[in-house]
Amino acid sequence: MNMVFSEEQRLLADTARDFLDAHCPVAALRRLRDGRDALGYDPEVWRQMVDLGWTAIPFPEALGGLDFGYSGMGAVFEQMGRTLAASPLFATVVLGGSALSLGGTPEQQAAHIGPIIAGDRRFALAVDEGRRHDPAAIALAARRTEAGYTLDGEKVFVLDGHVADWLVVAARTAGRAGEQAGLSLFLVDAKTPGVERQRNRVLDSRNAARVRFNGVRVDAAALLGQADAGWALLDEILDRGRACLAAEMLGMGQWLFDTTMHYLKERIQFDVPIGSFQALQHRAAWLYAELELARSTVMAGLAAINADAGERRQLVSLAKAKMGAVLERISGEAVQMHGGIGVTDELDVGLYLKRGRVARHVFGDNDFHAQRYGEGIGLLEAGV
Amino acid sequence: MDDLDAFRQEVRQWLDAHCPAAMRVPGPEEVVMGGSQAVFATVEQQHWFERMRDKGWFAPGWPTQYGGGGLDAQRVRVLEDEMRRMKCRVPQVNIGIWMLGPVLLEFGTEAQKQRFLPPMTRGEQGWCQGFSEPNAGSDLASLKMAARADGDHYVVSGAKIWTSGADKADWMYALVRTDAAAPKHLGISLLLIDMKSPGITVRPIELISGASKFCQVFFDDVRVPAENLVGPVNGGWAVAKRLLQHEREAMSKMGDLNLPTQCELVPTVRRFLADGAAPGDRAIRQRAVACAMDEHAYHLTVARMGQQAKARMDVAGLMAIVKLVHTEQDKRKSAVLIDAMGNRGLGWEGEEFTEDELATVRQWLLSYTLTIAGGSSEVQLNIIAKRVLGLPGN
Repeated sequence: MNMVFSEEQRLLADTARDFLDAHCPVAALRRLRDGRDALGYDPEVWRQMVDLGWTAIPFPEALGGLDFGYSGMGAVFEQMGRTLAASPLFATVVLGGSALSLGGTPEQQAAHIGPIIAGDRRFALAVDEGRRHDPAAIALAARRTEAGYTLDGEKVFVLDGHVADWLVVAARTAGRAGEQAGLSLFLVDAKTPGVERQRNRVLDSRNAARVRFNGVRVDAAALLGQADAGWALLDEILDRGRACLAAEMLGMGQWLFDTTMHYLKERIQFDVPIGSFQALQHRAAWLYAELELARSTVMAGLAAINADAGERRQLVSLAKAKMGAVLERISGEAVQMHGGIGVTDELDVGLYLKRGRVARHVFGDNDFHAQRYGEGIGLLEAGV
Repeated sequence: MDDLDAFRQEVRQWLDAHCPAAMRVPGPEEVVMGGSQAVFATVEQQHWFERMRDKGWFAPGWPTQYGGGGLDAQRVRVLEDEMRRMKCRVPQVNIGIWMLGPVLLEFGTEAQKQRFLPPMTRGEQGWCQGFSEPNAGSDLASLKMAARADGDHYVVSGAKIWTSGADKADWMYALVRTDAAAPKHLGISLLLIDMKSPGITVRPIELISGASKFCQVFFDDVRVPAENLVGPVNGGWAVAKRLLQHEREAMSKMGDLNLPTQCELVPTVRRFLADGAAPGDRAIRQRAVACAMDEHAYHLTVARMGQQAKARMDVAGLMAIVKLVHTEQDKRKSAVLIDAMGNRGLGWEGEEFTEDELATVRQWLLSYTLTIAGGSSEVQLNIIAKRVLGLPGN
C-alpha cells in the first residue's frame, strides 16, 4: 500500500496549493456565505479548476481523463481542505463521475463524462433519507412501468442537490428498507417533472438540498448498472467520496494544527509564549502524533480505491473514522488554545470547525465507520 | 552476478547449513543472554550460538582484529536481510555488542578496544547499562553516582536503578559524576566497571507483573582502574548520547528475536466473547474495534515511515512518535483484553487458568512498565514538542 505521493501527485498538490491560495482563500468562502450566494461556489473559480484539469483527474484516458487515480484526486482535496474551497468537484466529478465510470453503459458515459470533464454539467448523488447515513435503509421507491420507472419518495442532505443538472438517485426496486439487496441507481434529469428541490443552508455555507420525487417518470435507459443489484456499485461510489472527504479533512486538520502551533509561539501571556507551557506542549505533541497516524490512514484509503472490495472497505472506513475523530480533536483544541478569539466569527478556525462537522457526518461518521470496520474484522455483527 | 549477489548466495548457503531448523521458528524458550552466565535452553540454541560465534558474526561489521566479521556496511545489511528472510533467531542478546561496542570503536583507546571487544564477540562477557538512578530518571543528567579520582583509580559510590540484567552481567558501563561542581551535563564520565568488584550489591526489583527484569545496584566505595574511563574525563554526556543512538538499532534487532507473536487482540476478544453475551459485551467489542483501528493506523504509519525513508524524505517526526504511540496503544489494548476475559483475566497462577490466560494478565501488567521504561511517555511528548514542533522552552 503506497502511502507516499509520487512526483506527479506532489506536483499536482503544489499547483493546487498555489492556485487555491491565490484564487480561493478562506476569504472567498466568507464572501459566499455573507452574500448568501445562490450557487454556493464561485463559477469563475470553478472554470479555472476545470482549466487546470482537475475534473479529468480520476477518469481513464479512454474516457478523456488523465487517469491520475484517487491518490491524485486526494492530493487536490487535501489542498482544498486547507482553504475550505467550495466547488462542484466533489459532487460532480467524484460522485457523479464515479457512478458513470463504474456503472454507466458506454452510451451513458459518452453522453455525460465529456460534459463533466468540460465543466458544463453538474451532478449530485441522492442517497440519504434519514437522520444518519444508512444506505441500506433506502426506501425511495422506483416502480417498474411499461415505459421505465416511476420514482416516489424523498432524499435529504443531497450535496449540491439544488444546483445539479443531473441527479444520481439510489432507489429501492425490490426488497425492504434495511436490506442491501433490491437497490438500483438511476440517472435523473433534474428538470424532470415531479422533482422538487429545496436548498437548505447548513453549517458549512455550502449546498445541501432536500429533494422530493413525486411520481417522477424516467425511461428504462435511466437505470445505472444492474436493477436490484445496485448495492456494490453504490458502496464503491460512496467509498470514493469517503476517501476524498478524508483527504479534505486531512488538509483542514493540517491547517488547524499549523495555525495553532503558530499561535502558541506568538501569543504572550505571563510574559512568555504560551507554547512554553508544558500543559499545552503535551497536548500539541499528541495532536501531532494523532494527525500523523490519521495521515497514514488517509493515504492508504486513497491507495485502496482500486484494491479488492474487502480491503478497500476496511481502509476507507479506517481513514474516514480516524480522520473524523482526529479532526474533531484538533478543531476543539484549536478553538480552546486560541482562547476568547477562538470563539469569534472573525477567526477562521470556526469555519473549519463547522465544515469539519459536515465532512465528518457525510457518508458515515466515526461511529458508522467503526461499525463497518468492526463487521469487516468479525468483531461486530451487522445491524443496529 | 556482482560481488554482493555472490556474497548473498554464500550467506544463504551458510545459514541454511548452520542454522538449526528449530532456530528458524518462534519458540517459547528464553533468548540467550550473552555472557559468562549464558544459559542454553536447547542443544539447537547452543549450536546456533557457537556457530555464529565461530563465524565471527556476533559482530559482523567489526574489524577482524577485534574478533568481528570484517564485513562492510552493505554486506552486514545483506546478512541481516537474509537472517530476517529465513526467520533465523538472533543467536544472543548482548547490549555490549549492540550499544557499547560501537562507542568503544569510536571513542575508546587502542588498549580498551583490545581488552573489551574480543570477549564481546566471543559472547563471553555480558554487559548491563548503568544510567538511571533513584533520583535521576527522566532527568538523567542530574545523576549523582560519584567517581572520585584516587591515584590511578576512581572510587565509585552511589546507586543505579532500573538496570536490566545487572544480576547476570559481567560488566557495567555506567555514567558517573566526575566533577560535582561543573554544570550538570559537563561533569559526567563513562566508566566501565567489573561487576565482580568488591563493594557492589545487586538487588533484583520485582515488578507488578511478577517479572524481575530490572535491578537496583549499589556501589560502596568500589575501586575502578582509571584506564576504564571511555572518552574524555567529564565528556561522558556526549559519549552517552552517541550510545543512545545505537539503542534504536538495538531495539530494531530486538524486533527480530522471532518470539512467539503476542496474543492478537481480535481473535482473543472473539474467543472470549463467543460463549454467549453478557451485559456490556457490546461495549467491549466496540472498544476492541477502536483498539484494532488504532493499531492498524500505527502499523500503516510504521510502513509509511519506511516508504518515506526510501524516498529520501524526512522521517524524524515520525520516529519521534513511534515509541509513545506503540506503548500507549498497548496499554489500552491490554486493558480491553483483560476486560473481555472477565474473571479469566484475574488469575495469578495455578491449575484453574490456562497458560494463555496467565500470560495475558502478566502482559497487561507489563504494559504499565513500557510507557515508563526507555523514556517515559511524558519525556517523549517533551521531545516531540521541542524538537519536532519547535515549541519554546521555559
